[in-house]
Amino acid sequence: MKKKWDLLQVIKYVLLAIASLVVLFPPYVVVLNAFKSTDENSSPFALPASFLNFENFRIVFEKAHILQAFGNTFLVIGVSLIGNIVFGTMVSYAIGRIPFRGKRLIMALFLIASIIPTITTQVVIFSLIQSLGLFNTLMAPIVLFVGADVLQIVIYMQFIRNIPYELDESAMIDGASLLRIYRSIILPLLGPATVTLVILKTINIYNELYIPFLYMPKQNLVMVSTSIMRFASNNQAQWGYICATILIIMIPTVLLYLFLQRYIFAGVTNGAVKG
Amino acid sequence: MSGSYKRQRVIILIAFLAIPLLLLGTFSYYPAAKLLYLSFTDWDGISSTVEFLGLDNYREIFSNPDLFGVFLHQIPYVLGGILQNIIAITFAVILNSRIKGRNLFRVLLFVPYIMNGVAVAFMFQYVFDTNNGSLNALLGNLGLYNLQQSWLGETSLVNFSLASVSMWRYVGYTMIIYLGALQSIPGDMYEAATIDGANRFQSFWHLTLPSLSNVIQLNMFLTLSGALAVFDLPFVLTKGGPAGASETFLLKTTETAFTFNNYGLASAMSIVLLGLTIVILLVQNLVLRRRGRD
Repeated sequence: MKKKWDLLQVIKYVLLAIASLVVLFPPYVVVLNAFKSTDENSSPFALPASFLNFENFRIVFEKAHILQAFGNTFLVIGVSLIGNIVFGTMVSYAIGRIPFRGKRLIMALFLIASIIPTITTQVVIFSLIQSLGLFNTLMAPIVLFVGADVLQIVIYMQFIRNIPYELDESAMIDGASLLRIYRSIILPLLGPATVTLVILKTINIYNELYIPFLYMPKQNLVMVSTSIMRFASNNQAQWGYICATILIIMIPTVLLYLFLQRYIFAGVTNGAVKG
Repeated sequence: MSGSYKRQRVIILIAFLAIPLLLLGTFSYYPAAKLLYLSFTDWDGISSTVEFLGLDNYREIFSNPDLFGVFLHQIPYVLGGILQNIIAITFAVILNSRIKGRNLFRVLLFVPYIMNGVAVAFMFQYVFDTNNGSLNALLGNLGLYNLQQSWLGETSLVNFSLASVSMWRYVGYTMIIYLGALQSIPGDMYEAATIDGANRFQSFWHLTLPSLSNVIQLNMFLTLSGALAVFDLPFVLTKGGPAGASETFLLKTTETAFTFNNYGLASAMSIVLLGLTIVILLVQNLVLRRRGRD
């Protein structure tokens, strides 16, 4: 009996080791080759002459507009998140707390819209963005991340149901205005939902490729996804440069992830089960 | 006092709902309606006049194997998605058991999900590169020369290669979802099963799997609707090649619109995709509701 248990443990560790190798293999090769100059041994597993050779990184920072890409990406994420939080909490307060006719209809409108994959409507949204004069501005992705996505409303609607209405009632007995109840009671209590939203949205926007690609072809409006795409297609098979770009893009997110892992796991689990 | 709240309510309703509803109308319902209208026309994206074609665009989609047929390219993504769920459950069960370094492995297996998708795509371009790629180099070092392939250049292989990238990226994410579900199974149920003489396999089969069935189902539907809308990976890595072998329906749709300026046909294709997505969701809801009644 004791022996069998041990065998199972061994199998578990072997599987975990294999999975870890598979996960680490591609990034490992990227790290090795990011430090190699073009005239070095081109075998992907050969160690670089020096891990202090930052030449590739220097060139990438110069040519791939990485800093600009990070700046634009964080600006878009920041403004979109603020919009999402403000509108999401407002809608959930109005629908979740105030009785009125047509409430079910409005809720249904939001929920039905949440099943339309935004990429399918780009054909029409493209001309809409153009006629609004937003083409080639940072407002194009912001407006789309705020307006064309209803994830925030779905998440906040789920959470506000669990906030007891007695809290609102006792505040009303004290004579608080509804705006004040929204601001000082509901908004803080929706905090966990906001954390979930911030995590899911940040990952989504950071990864979004097609919206920046389609709406912001202008050079200085590059975002992280489009910067690496343009740089890599202009430097086909220049693996040293491409690996350096990948590394520069990955390091900040991996660090952020290691610090925030607990919140990220919770956010992903909440988002999947409730969203 | 109640009178004042009545007025406040009206003000709040208008103030809080006006802009979100305007955005919803502008960016969700207006595009969807316009899409449906354009799908019956030959609009080229520029001209102010359109000709009404009736159902011609839809007929074209379903009769032209170059259009509807590309869904066949997306089958490897469905298979990859199923495999991904099996692997994810396996590792969720392993990491839910008593084992050293649990958190380390959990963090490690989830890392690919938080990496930028385009960066991941290029990372795998390097893995799959025929001459300089690390996968062929690895196979060479192991002496497995006959397994070396042109991973992205072979028509029969390219979609499997792409699907495996997506597996690499999402397996940790799926695992975290299963892990969350496993942790909500009360431990005393396992104790009771052990007391009743169930072995480890039996308690996995009769206790763990049934408790996961809702999450499994949810993930299978996500796999299906995800496979319908595959876009980023072939768009970045192969541009649909070689010889159109890795085209997907969505890639074809955007090409039809933005490269060939055939917005009418592209709109009809978008509507078909939207319709298929809605069918999957309806089936999912039906299945889940029936289970809920049982």
